[in-house]
Amino acid sequence: MTIANSEQTGYIERISGPVVQASKMLGAKLYDVARIGEEKLVGEIIRLTGDLATIQVYESTDGLTPGEPVYRTNAPLSVELGPGLIRQIFDGIQRPLPVIREMSGDFIERGIEIPGLDHKKLWDFAPSVKVGDKVIGGDILGEIPETPTVDFKLMVPPNLNGKIDFIAQRGDYNIDDTAATLLTADGDKIDLKFYHNWPVRKPRPYHSRLPSNVPLITGQRIFDTFAPIAKGGTGAIPGGFGTGKTVSQHQLAKWSDAKIVVYVGCGERGNEMTDVLREFPRLVDPYTGGPLMDRTVLIANTSNMPVAAREASVYTGITLAEFFRDMGYDVAMMADSTSRWAEAMREISGRLEEMPGEESFPAYLSSRIAQYYERAGRVLTIGSKQREASITVVGAVSPPGGDFSEPVTQNTLRIVKVFWALSKELASRRHFPAIDYLLSYTLYWSALEDYYAQNVHTEFPELRSDALALLQKDKELQDIVALVGPDALPPSEKIILETARMLKEDFLQQNAFHESDSFCSLEKQYLMLKTILRFHEKAEDLYRRGTNVAEIFESDLVVRIARMKYIERSDVETSLNELMKEIDGLTPQNFGVEDI
Amino acid sequence: MTIQEKYEAREFQTVSEVSGPLMFVDLKEMGGVSYGEMVEITTTTGEKRRGQVLDVSKSLAVIQCFEGTSGLETKDTTCRFLGETMKIGVSKDMLGRVFNGRGDPIDGGGDIVPDKILDVAGTPINPSARQYPKEFIETGVSTIDTLLTLVRGQKLPLFSGSGLPHNMLAAQIARQAKVLGAEEEFAVIFSAMGITADEARFFRDDFEATGALDKVVLFLNLADDPAIERLLTPRLALTAAEHLAYELDYHVLVILTDITSYAESLREVAAARSEVPSRRGYPGYMYSDFSTIYERAGRIQNKKGTITQIPILTLPNYDITHPVPDLTGYITEGQVYVDVALNRKGLYPPINPLPSLSRLMKDTIGQGSTRSDHKYVADQLYALYATGRDLRDLVAVVGDESLSDTDKKVLEFADLFEQKFINQDYHEDRSIFESLDIGWEMLSIFDDPYRVLKRIPSEVIDKFHIDKRDDKTDYNSVDT
Repeated sequence: MTIANSEQTGYIERISGPVVQASKMLGAKLYDVARIGEEKLVGEIIRLTGDLATIQVYESTDGLTPGEPVYRTNAPLSVELGPGLIRQIFDGIQRPLPVIREMSGDFIERGIEIPGLDHKKLWDFAPSVKVGDKVIGGDILGEIPETPTVDFKLMVPPNLNGKIDFIAQRGDYNIDDTAATLLTADGDKIDLKFYHNWPVRKPRPYHSRLPSNVPLITGQRIFDTFAPIAKGGTGAIPGGFGTGKTVSQHQLAKWSDAKIVVYVGCGERGNEMTDVLREFPRLVDPYTGGPLMDRTVLIANTSNMPVAAREASVYTGITLAEFFRDMGYDVAMMADSTSRWAEAMREISGRLEEMPGEESFPAYLSSRIAQYYERAGRVLTIGSKQREASITVVGAVSPPGGDFSEPVTQNTLRIVKVFWALSKELASRRHFPAIDYLLSYTLYWSALEDYYAQNVHTEFPELRSDALALLQKDKELQDIVALVGPDALPPSEKIILETARMLKEDFLQQNAFHESDSFCSLEKQYLMLKTILRFHEKAEDLYRRGTNVAEIFESDLVVRIARMKYIERSDVETSLNELMKEIDGLTPQNFGVEDI
Repeated sequence: MTIQEKYEAREFQTVSEVSGPLMFVDLKEMGGVSYGEMVEITTTTGEKRRGQVLDVSKSLAVIQCFEGTSGLETKDTTCRFLGETMKIGVSKDMLGRVFNGRGDPIDGGGDIVPDKILDVAGTPINPSARQYPKEFIETGVSTIDTLLTLVRGQKLPLFSGSGLPHNMLAAQIARQAKVLGAEEEFAVIFSAMGITADEARFFRDDFEATGALDKVVLFLNLADDPAIERLLTPRLALTAAEHLAYELDYHVLVILTDITSYAESLREVAAARSEVPSRRGYPGYMYSDFSTIYERAGRIQNKKGTITQIPILTLPNYDITHPVPDLTGYITEGQVYVDVALNRKGLYPPINPLPSLSRLMKDTIGQGSTRSDHKYVADQLYALYATGRDLRDLVAVVGDESLSDTDKKVLEFADLFEQKFINQDYHEDRSIFESLDIGWEMLSIFDDPYRVLKRIPSEVIDKFHIDKRDDKTDYNSVDT
């Protein structure tokens, strides 16, 4: 970021927490970055009144004094988009945290100015266009193998087009080298580097939207089977503390079949980011076999880091996601937690003395949330060879007191199409993931049903609705049991209770920390569900033929059903088909009863 | 303006308004006052007090007065701006000393000679410099060690309420906490915010009785001390803790009590500034403010020392959804729930494991750290106790005739669990092996362990079940 000349220097008039007012700022533009004070702290102009600019500062303002200079940069808050994003961990305004550490030690000091990308590192570039080719914004000029599993695609920035006048030959370059020169229609020559800047608050363009009819496979049974999200879809995970928001988000980041994962830790715990940093390099991506870190970009703005940068971190994250989408990749972005982002907005809004809306959140809360989630989607990218690509966005929400009626949850639910409701009650029973299977919903099912029928099994949709019906019935019966005890129920309903228990314990509960269970393929999900429902049918049949219900569910097969989730991937098909055969073979004689 | 001019102390006698904890000073368009700067206020009687700039422009500074505003007047009060933010001198010699909530020694021992003078606000630990906490702290309290394992570098609050023995529990943890097989320097930093003199005395006596006093630093802001000072006290304590931990390799346990009083002071200042309140009148930035305290716990790569925090919260009306525990729970790594119903039954410590949680437990426990059966025993005890409590509710409605034999055993288990496992003496220091074995004794009341103890793999039952133990195995070893 270049600082403009001294004629464009303003002066601090007032400081109130993260908000600073500066005078002599006539001509500055809204959302431009300014550097505040002698230490040149980073800030963003969020209001202009005459020659007064109100600036939110991304670093601690302690010690600033009225009268200190404010420098303009005449550029909006931007990120550097080029090779070197993957495997990195950034703060909310794309400063790499490991580099900050080299400069300021274990604690983050103020006024550190470092670029988002490593400008010295050499990359092995292979061009894919020739001199004389006509290119438009979004066209791919060449590739860099950024990680063993992800190829970086060098693109013409969205707003440019022309004829290739020069293209770098195969070789090692740093990102400041000239990658190509464009000759525009006006006869201008524009040098393209290996990176370009993009303002974070401006969505990157795409050609057109595509329907969201391919599921984002997450390997989580509750998600994939009961409330799947589509690639390019939006989802929210609201839940009180201790219900497992972060573990769910981590599971999605680990096992989603996206090519790139952007994980934004927005105002959450420092140790959680450390956990990701420690774990992801060790975990194996089930789709590529490489380390998970090779497809992951992390943004960490923990709760004790400055609040304004927290506000920026989700925009930084989604802009990086859009950049990878433009390369033609399916991207999944997790934001944990969007409530902290909303609270950052509330804090800034309070400092601006704006008229508050509900629960003192700003009146523009709902439009900001909506704009953010609208940057998700499955699209045809720009460029002459339009590529299919998507961004799926999943936001965690942290409602105060676990009460879903609060504004952030409600405004989010109006926008997103998948609702994964975390339940304190399930969490306290150690039913994990503690997603309320009845309250949660997906609006993508009708679009995804065909995919499941074609790619998993034709009977999958039916099994799913049967299971849901059983769980719904179970809920009604549980209310009765709580009043009169289980003995009052007829045996046919006891069978429902038992099957529902199997569905809950042996299917829905999934152990995120068990090697064989953390990720569950769609085939395995289908077979597990089928096995349980097969047993249910069998139990009804055995009961009709005179068998005692309690004894049916004490069968050894029930214990084996409980162990299904731990069966290793390679054995799933044989063992479960075997198990189903044995279920089919059960007769009343097995329980010492004469067949009626 | 040069830097020198900026930092030159300035005096003003132009107080324009005093309101609640705030004082407004007219700067006569001279400026030069920094945000967050400390202020020395001299009253007409010559008494000196301290404050901090909360909002500043060239013409007006808003000051929060840590020691109260009573007795201040608009005419002759002098404000001297000190040109620096709040700092504290830190040194190893702080160990064994008692300070007030502003960091002045109050034990008659004279000033300390500081090794370093540090800003109390602290700076955030770079997430990429953190080390994930995974060293088990044995507290000697069965419920905590077995079900809610405390880990070095963790922040684990006690959610309690009025009339509950959270102070005893905190003192017991401070007294008994140790790391297995390690002889390392430890220190306890005690930060009191608005607790009574009796409570402070209780802690002091307890530290004294165990001979730990020379390893303890006390920062005391008592109930009759100025309320706004409380905003400073935990920051002083944590700055001292950071020095001890990251410079001098101490393992520091920081006890912060009572966060609820701290939050009330925060609310008082926010209300005086006419800020738009969020839930229950607390300011919207309370979460961020809390995080600047709680997130100062942790471990850093390549540093030996650690900071572990036990904040104590008294939940108004035992309500866990109140903003203070709610926002705390979103930042801390779990919570220990001190339960009023268990207390009424006469149990000590009345920790209810069901709403409690330790997030860092999963990576800490197990072979080499505690014992290989730990995870399974913990899961099983938790599950059976939860079922037992559900059954109690059911029995209360429909009687116990409809219960199966196993269910009756589970009910018996729940009672035993409360009486033998949760319940222990204030001076009883149980090793993790004892705690796990008490757990096994209770799990061994079931006739068909392989069927009932669903959370424990059969090979673990074979090895640890009370009826299956042999003489060859050392059940008091982390390697077992």
